[in-house]
Amino acid sequence: MKTVMKMKQRLGAYLFFVPCLTIFALFLFYPFAKTIYLSLYKTDKLGQAKLFVGLGNYAELFTSESFFHSLLVTFIFVAIVVSVSMLLGLITALLVNKNFPGIRVFSTAYALPMAIASSAAALIFEIMLDPTIGIIDKVLGTDINWLHDERYALVCVALLTAWLNSGINYLYFSAGLANIDEAIYERASVDGANEWQKFTRLTLPGLSPILFYTVVVNIILAFQSFGQVKILTEGGPGESTNLIVYSIYRDAFFNFRFGGAAAQSVVLFTMIMILTLIMFKLEKRGVKY
Amino acid sequence: MAKLALENVRKIYKNGYEAVHNFSLEIEEGEFLILVGPSGCGKSTLLRMIAGLEDITSGELWMDGEIGNYKEPGERNLAMVFQNYALYPNMSVYDNIAFSLSVRKKDKEEIDRKVHETAKLLGIEQLLDRRPGELSGGQKQRVAIGNAIIRNPRALLMDEPLSNLDAKLRTQMRVELAALQHKMKTTTIYVTHDQTEAMTLGSRIVVMKEGEMQQVDTPANLYDAPANKFVAGFIGTPSMNFFEAQAVREEEGVLLLVGEHRIRLSGEDAARLRAHGADKVWLGIRPEDIAVSAPQEGRQTERRPGWKEGLLADGNYLEVLITDIELLGAEKLLIFLLYGKKYVAKVPAETQVKTGEQRRLYLNMAAAHLFDCATEKRI
Repeated sequence: MKTVMKMKQRLGAYLFFVPCLTIFALFLFYPFAKTIYLSLYKTDKLGQAKLFVGLGNYAELFTSESFFHSLLVTFIFVAIVVSVSMLLGLITALLVNKNFPGIRVFSTAYALPMAIASSAAALIFEIMLDPTIGIIDKVLGTDINWLHDERYALVCVALLTAWLNSGINYLYFSAGLANIDEAIYERASVDGANEWQKFTRLTLPGLSPILFYTVVVNIILAFQSFGQVKILTEGGPGESTNLIVYSIYRDAFFNFRFGGAAAQSVVLFTMIMILTLIMFKLEKRGVKY
Repeated sequence: MAKLALENVRKIYKNGYEAVHNFSLEIEEGEFLILVGPSGCGKSTLLRMIAGLEDITSGELWMDGEIGNYKEPGERNLAMVFQNYALYPNMSVYDNIAFSLSVRKKDKEEIDRKVHETAKLLGIEQLLDRRPGELSGGQKQRVAIGNAIIRNPRALLMDEPLSNLDAKLRTQMRVELAALQHKMKTTTIYVTHDQTEAMTLGSRIVVMKEGEMQQVDTPANLYDAPANKFVAGFIGTPSMNFFEAQAVREEEGVLLLVGEHRIRLSGEDAARLRAHGADKVWLGIRPEDIAVSAPQEGRQTERRPGWKEGLLADGNYLEVLITDIELLGAEKLLIFLLYGKKYVAKVPAETQVKTGEQRRLYLNMAAAHLFDCATEKRI
C-alpha cells in the first residue's frame, strides 16, 4: 500500500515536468536528433533522407578546403568578437561604476545594443560603411569599400557583432562590480595602492567568477552570429566572411545539401561543447572563492 | 610637536549638511585617542578626513608639522581598520597582511619576514594560507589589524573595529587591543559609539555630538567632571539621572527644590551655584550614587568615598515609587518613578526592595553634578 502511495506521489511530481519537457522535446531534442540522423544521409531537395551514407558527409567535410577555411574564419571571428565585446563591456561598466550627474543616460546607452536586433544594426552599419554615402569613410578621410574588401569585411562584421554583444557584457560586469565591497577600495587607498594596482589586484579578481561565465556565453553567442553576416556580406567577398553558421545556412537552403549542413551543425555543436567543457575544467582551477 | 593636528576642520557635504563644525585637536605621539559619540555625530567623518577618504571642506590637517589636506590617502602613511574589516576576499591572509608592503614594491624577503613577525604577534600564523571567507569574525579582525600595523604607520585609525564581534569576543579583543597598543606605542585614533569601549581603551577621549566637540579629557575626568549635560548623560551606564530643580538661596547654603523635596547643598557646590546665579538647574546624580537607606552617621560605606559627608543633611532624599527591578548579578537596578518621569538607581543585589513599593531614596550629594538649565553647561 505504502509503496503504491509513494509511486503515485512520485508520478505527480513528474507530471509537473511535462509541459516544460514537451516544449524542449518539440523544439530542442527532436530537431537535435533529426540533425544527427540527417547528417548520416544524402537528402532530396525537400530535406527528406534518401540515401544512407554513414559518415560519408563527415568524410566529405574533412576533406573540403572550403570547410576548413570556414572554420578558420569562424575562429578569427570568434576571437575578435569575444575579446572586443568583453573589453567594451568591461570598460563601459567601469565607466559608469562611478557616480556623477547624468550617469543614468550613459548606463542606458551602454546597455542599449542588447535591445537592438542584429539585422537592424546591420542595416545601419551597412549605410555607415558605404563607400559613397557612409560616415566612416568621411570621418577617416579614406576611400575603402569596407564590406567588399576581403581584408576588411570580416573585421567589420566582427566589430559590429562585438558592439552588439557588448550590451549584455556591460550588464554582467556591472553586476559583478556591484558585488565588490566598496570598503576594500578605501582600504587599498589607505594602504597606498594606485588605481592600476586596485584594478589588477582587486577589481579583476573580484570579477573572476562572472568573467568565466561571460567568456562562455560570449563564445557561444559569437559562434551563433548569423543575421549580420546574412545582411552585410552574405559570406563574401569570396569566402572571407563565410562563418560556419552561415555556411550551414547556405548549404541547406541554397544548395539543398541538407545532409552536409546537418554534419556541419553536429561538428559545430561538438566544438562548442568541448570548448565549454574545457572552460568548466579551467574554472575549477582558476576562479578563486 | 604634535603627531597629528586638526585646526578648525569642517566638513560640509554636497547636499549642504555640515557633518563636522570647527574641530580643533592635537594628537600626541603614542596616544590612544578615542572619538566617541552617538551615531551621526561626525566621528567617522572626522576619521575618514584624517585618512584622506573624505575631503576636508575647510581647516587644516597637520601631520608631523606638514600640511596634509591634499595628500593622497596612500601618501599619508596612515593605516586604517574598517568596521567590516574590508579584507581582500580573493587574497590569502598572507597577501592581505602583505598588501600595503607589496604595492610599495618592497623586497620579497623583507615582506616575508615582517608578515611572519606580525602574524606571530597576533597569533594567526597558522591561518596565513587561508582566505578571508574561511575565517571567523575574531580572526578577520586580527588579519585587518595585522595589515594595519605591519608597516609601522604614522598613526593607526580604527573605525568601530569591534562592533561586528559578539559581546564576549569584543571584551577579549578590547583587552588585546589595549595590550597591543601599549606594546607597539603606535599613535591610535579609535572611533566608537560604545562608551564602555571608550572608557576602557582610551588615554584621552573626545566626546562628540552633532559634529561638535563636547569635551576632551581623560576617562576619569569625563566621569567625574563632565563639561555639560550631554557628556554627563553619555558617559556611564546606566546614564546619569537628571532632576529639574529650583535653587533657593539661604544663609548657610543653597536649597534645591525637586518638586516637594528639599535637598540641601553646602560647601563648594553651594558657593559655585551662588556665584553662577542660575535659578533653574539640572541636578545630575549617577545611579550608583543613590541608596535605599541613609547610612548611619560616622560609618563610611564601602561603595563610594564621599557617602558619609554627602548624606549628613537629613533632607537629601526623594520619595519615589519603584516600578521595576533588574538584577545584574552583584547589583540590581531600581527603576523608579518621580513626578511622572523614570529614573534609575543602582544598589547592591541583597537590598530588599519590591516593585510597586513607595521608598525613600537617598542621594550622595558629594557626587552630584549641577548643570545650567539654559546652557546645559556644568556649574
